[in-house]
Amino acid sequence: MPRGVHDLGGLPAGPVDLSEHDRTFFDQRVDAMMRLLTHPQNGHYTVDAMRRAIESLPRDDYFGLGYYERWVRAIRQLALEKGLISEDELERKLAAIQPSEPNK
Amino acid sequence: MAHEHHHDHDPHAPVNEAHGMRPDSVLLERALRELLIEKNVFTASEIQRQIELTESRNPELGARVVARAWVDPRYKARLLEDAKAAIESLLGIDLNLTPDLIVVENTPQLHHVICCTLCSCYPRAVLGIPPAWYKSPEYRSRLVIEPRAVLAEFGTALADDVEVRVVDSTADTRYMVLPRRPRHTERMSEAELVALVTRDSMIGVTLVPEPQP
Repeated sequence: MPRGVHDLGGLPAGPVDLSEHDRTFFDQRVDAMMRLLTHPQNGHYTVDAMRRAIESLPRDDYFGLGYYERWVRAIRQLALEKGLISEDELERKLAAIQPSEPNK
Repeated sequence: MAHEHHHDHDPHAPVNEAHGMRPDSVLLERALRELLIEKNVFTASEIQRQIELTESRNPELGARVVARAWVDPRYKARLLEDAKAAIESLLGIDLNLTPDLIVVENTPQLHHVICCTLCSCYPRAVLGIPPAWYKSPEYRSRLVIEPRAVLAEFGTALADDVEVRVVDSTADTRYMVLPRRPRHTERMSEAELVALVTRDSMIGVTLVPEPQP
């Protein structure tokens, strides 16, 4: 069985970057959404489903995106899978909030 | 929402912008949040309360647990036996919904250091949000094969006769390290000990520093 993209233990890698990163409001909101969605009382989906969604991201996204950028894509995938929202609704919402100029 | 907070002098306050984030990530977050609120999946105030709860969990909680274990051998025994119950009773927090939590004790012969090779599992209930390096591919890859080399990058050198045990966390079981009590702390109060305990020592990448004379 091939190694999953997330299965990093034992692979060679460079030095650990020890710098501390600031949390952003984006990070906080994505973290909070995930926690609310996986909360057993809400029952929308489990942490394991969340992990599966993150671990099935394409390799370039898995390594190219920030931590919470991966999470927000996993939330999208599961919200669609579970029928909490539809593709159409998401498209319409994205179009509605899209900045009018592509690069602001 | 209190966006002006990033102008505070608190170095731990969140910031508005992250470097290198893709613009579509920002849009996607906003779109999902607004849609899920419209669909009554959660409310805006639930998000705010969740953020506040997450922010209330920080390494000082873990430090209080460590200091109590150092001064009270019976508490330490309970902590090593059933960490969740011992932590709930000391801190008065509810760990009912958090994954299983195991505290591993460092001794002069045995040094534990925790990681999560598969993702970012971390004892958030007592240490808060994991540092960026804990989630990095480099830490996740290398700690399990060359722990002493990784520890050296944190400035930690252990004697050759100390066994290093790497503990790999899972989504269901989290670990926290009970670090060794440093020398020259015999006369310190429990509150002073709390202030001495660092986040990194409870991950196991560093030792608790001896107090400055």
